[in-house]
Amino acid sequence: MGWHRKILRINLSKGTVDVEPLNMEWAQQYLGQRGLASKYLINEIDPKVDPLSPDNKMIFATGPLTGTAASTGGRYSVITKGPLTNAIACSNSGGYWGAEFKFAGWDMLILEGKAEKPVYLTIMDDKVELHDASEIWGTTVWHTDDWIKTKHQDPMMHIAAIGVSGEKEVLYSAIVNDLHRAAGRSGVGAVMGSKNLKAIAVRGTQGVAVKDGKTFLKATMDGKKVLAENAVTGQGLPTYGTQVLMNVINEAGAMPTRNHRDVQFEGSHDISAEAMHEPRKTDGKKNLLTNQACFGCTIACGRISKIDENHFSVKNKPEYWHASGGLEYEAAWALGSNTGIDDLEALTYVNFICNEQGMDPISFGATVSAAMELYDLGLLTTEHTGGIELKFGSAEALVKCVELTGKAEGFGKELGMGSLRLCTKYGRPDLSMTVKGQEFPAYDSRGIQGMGLTYATSNRGACHLRSYTVSSEILGIPEKTDPLATEGKPALVKAFQDATAAVDSAGICVFTTFAWTLEDIAPQVDAACEGGWTPDRMMEVGERIWNMERMFNMQAGFTGKDDNLPPRLLSEPAKTGPAEGRVNGLEKMLPEYYQLRGWTADGVPTNETLSRLAV
Amino acid sequence: MDVTLKLYASLGTYLPDHAHKNEAVVSVDDGINVEALIDQYQVPRKECHLVLVNGVFKAPGQRSQTVLKAGDAVAVWPPVAGG
Repeated sequence: MGWHRKILRINLSKGTVDVEPLNMEWAQQYLGQRGLASKYLINEIDPKVDPLSPDNKMIFATGPLTGTAASTGGRYSVITKGPLTNAIACSNSGGYWGAEFKFAGWDMLILEGKAEKPVYLTIMDDKVELHDASEIWGTTVWHTDDWIKTKHQDPMMHIAAIGVSGEKEVLYSAIVNDLHRAAGRSGVGAVMGSKNLKAIAVRGTQGVAVKDGKTFLKATMDGKKVLAENAVTGQGLPTYGTQVLMNVINEAGAMPTRNHRDVQFEGSHDISAEAMHEPRKTDGKKNLLTNQACFGCTIACGRISKIDENHFSVKNKPEYWHASGGLEYEAAWALGSNTGIDDLEALTYVNFICNEQGMDPISFGATVSAAMELYDLGLLTTEHTGGIELKFGSAEALVKCVELTGKAEGFGKELGMGSLRLCTKYGRPDLSMTVKGQEFPAYDSRGIQGMGLTYATSNRGACHLRSYTVSSEILGIPEKTDPLATEGKPALVKAFQDATAAVDSAGICVFTTFAWTLEDIAPQVDAACEGGWTPDRMMEVGERIWNMERMFNMQAGFTGKDDNLPPRLLSEPAKTGPAEGRVNGLEKMLPEYYQLRGWTADGVPTNETLSRLAV
Repeated sequence: MDVTLKLYASLGTYLPDHAHKNEAVVSVDDGINVEALIDQYQVPRKECHLVLVNGVFKAPGQRSQTVLKAGDAVAVWPPVAGG
């Protein structure tokens, strides 16, 4: 149990709805969510498919712990071939949508084809219907959420939707559920838009059965006790959120600044967790109102913020004066340090728009920062930008950019291509801070060496959530390693990658791993599901998933040569901080990483490795 | 000599009154070590999880051995994480 053993398959071209049994042999090999849905996707699509064509498929998938009493058990993932990267995409979200979908009695939703006209989908337990979306096509996520709830007279619905950016196929558009939680990365929102699917509203009245209720309750209670007693998950994250990292990473000299020209940002404090807690000089109120938890979460790291009503970004715009999802560290970095902007209120507004229109703030901010460098070099001018003076540090420019990109209008169309395509168009692809076409998150790999290998080898393009070695290299969790050393990092990255793939397949949040190890997670999975789930078995599942994703990417056309970093990080030394004078030592780490993975010197999984893992 | 003391998150309350943006330049005796500086401002040692001197981590066992020089920056956090 844990699984409902039931899949919903909808062909949008034909308008058909089918119910299928879950492949339980695969569930034993891939567990759920990321792993199991990737297995389905890879089994069903041509790896070379155009991600925005009807032949691509997308899967909304839960894990066996989604909707259960396990702490953070509300996660779901969207798995598809990503338009930003042309690699496998798997974007994970919290909020309440995943648990509600599970309560409706489904493990997974597979979407095929393309609707002839814009539609939205409602799933009310077994009642599944497609509806005309012409009245909400061209509107925002927030409007869509309100409109569907009103139309169906059900405020308890949970809705995952795209904004205009997804409809217009901005390549890093997101799927946003519950107004401000997002399956954010790799452009999964553009795939949904390409299928003419505006939203999926879910309402469930069924529970989730587990294998051994008594054992499960004890295992989940034990897990919650660990989270509560751990200083990070019990105090640090709920009070300060992820944003507490702003000053940490800056002090450590690993803060990508102005498109990675610098590794420390002079304005970091002004956009940090500490600043969000301080009364503003302008109105005496704090940016941060409170924290918020996703379904079943006992950590509650989410930020709820309110913008100063007199700030230029929202002046005379009362629709943005309410409380909504505030800045997380990744968004604050991408929109702030990386653009040289230290205006906390402006960043909060831009983050609101990213939620309202459904865009990944990491890729959006990183693309704007690349555009700012092109502007600084004279390769972009106000003629290209429609009059926007795109200078590093300009909050006004950033605000205009988000408003245009959210609607894919004017210069926003160019920004919507992502930084690699933009920089290539203007003759400087080397200025795109990306791997496999996806923009970096908030850690400069000259100051945190393991993150260079993490980015280079990530199956979904540059990403911190595939192997968060920051945890060890900076924060000392589970044990401290030297961020400037390359020694030992290949093994560290592999261990993080495999463990994270398993966690991402279980239905829980990866933030639990600041306190939990697989020794804490496996008993919860084992009490919920048949199969004898041990920590070792979960690591094996994680390694299997990693190799399966790798093989899909190779069949899609990627090679070991794509396991690389932009030249800036390999040849331009960090200018300040502990990493001053250093570049990333990828060439020292990659051969050992391939060897540990059981791959050839060219990065290809050997037959022996694939056979061992039964991929 | 003067050094910069930076206390973040819940440790900000231990900063002297003249602190600005979670940091303060403080006068200390020559030869002071990191642990003595932390003690001087009554920051509970058990809450000092992450201690960076000029951005470089100092493990608990290294703190009493790390002698500060003028202009050094000591930054301290309780257990925190993000991502």
